[in-house]
Amino acid sequence: MLEISQELVDSIVAHARQDHPDEACGVIAGPANSDRPTRFIPMTNAARSPTFYEFDSMDLLRLYRELAANDEDPVVIYHSHTATPAYPSRTDISYASEPNAHYVLVSTRETGTEDGPYEFRSYRIVDGVVTEEEVRIGSDAS
Amino acid sequence: MISVEIPTILRTYTGGERAVTAEGDTLGAVIENLETAYPGIGDRLVEAGALRRFVNVYLNDEDVRFLDGLAAEVSDGDTVTILPAVAGGAPAAAVG
Repeated sequence: MLEISQELVDSIVAHARQDHPDEACGVIAGPANSDRPTRFIPMTNAARSPTFYEFDSMDLLRLYRELAANDEDPVVIYHSHTATPAYPSRTDISYASEPNAHYVLVSTRETGTEDGPYEFRSYRIVDGVVTEEEVRIGSDAS
Repeated sequence: MISVEIPTILRTYTGGERAVTAEGDTLGAVIENLETAYPGIGDRLVEAGALRRFVNVYLNDEDVRFLDGLAAEVSDGDTVTILPAVAGGAPAAAVG
C-alpha cells in the first residue's frame, strides 16, 4: 500500500500536466526505511519524449548523493503516460531497479494539460513482477 | 585500491555490501576484478564488450560515457559508482 498526502498527489499530477505531451518523471524521497513519502523531487525527462522517460545521468548522480546525505530513500518513483493507461509498460518493468520503491503511474491521456480526470495508480515492481497496490491518500500530516 | 559503490539491486551479488573494493587500472579491469570476487555482477554491467545502455557508471563524479567507457583509466583512491538508469516508456500502441 502507498500512503501519500493529497498535496504530494497534486504535485505529481501538476507536473504530469505541465510536461504533457512528454512524459514527466520524478521521485518522492522519504526518511530512510520509513516507507513514508515526504519530499517532492520533480526531475527533467532527458528523453523529452511522449513515449519514453529517463533521468539524465548526472541529475541521477546528484539525486542519489543528496538522498544519501539526507539519509533518505527514493520512496516513490513516478512517471506519466500521455496517451496510454497508467499501467507499467514492458520497458517500465524491465528497467525498474529500485525494489523497495512504489512505482507511481499517472496518465494524462484524457485531459492533457487541463484540469479534469486523470489516472493515478501505484505498483510494486520486483524481479520483473508487477503488483498493483492500494493508494491511501491523506491530508498532509508529515 | 578502488572503492566501488553498489546499488541496491546489485547487492545480491556482494552479499548485501553497499561498498566494496577492487583493483584495476581501467574501468574494464575493475569490472573484471569485481566479477572474480562477485560472480555474475559483470554480466549486469557489460554486454558484448561495452557498458550496458541503462546502467550508469561514474568515475568519481563523471559519467564514464564522457570519458573512455571501459577504457577509462582508473587510479588508486578513485571511486566507481554504479546506478541503474531510472527510465521507462509507454507501449507504442495501447496494448499494455
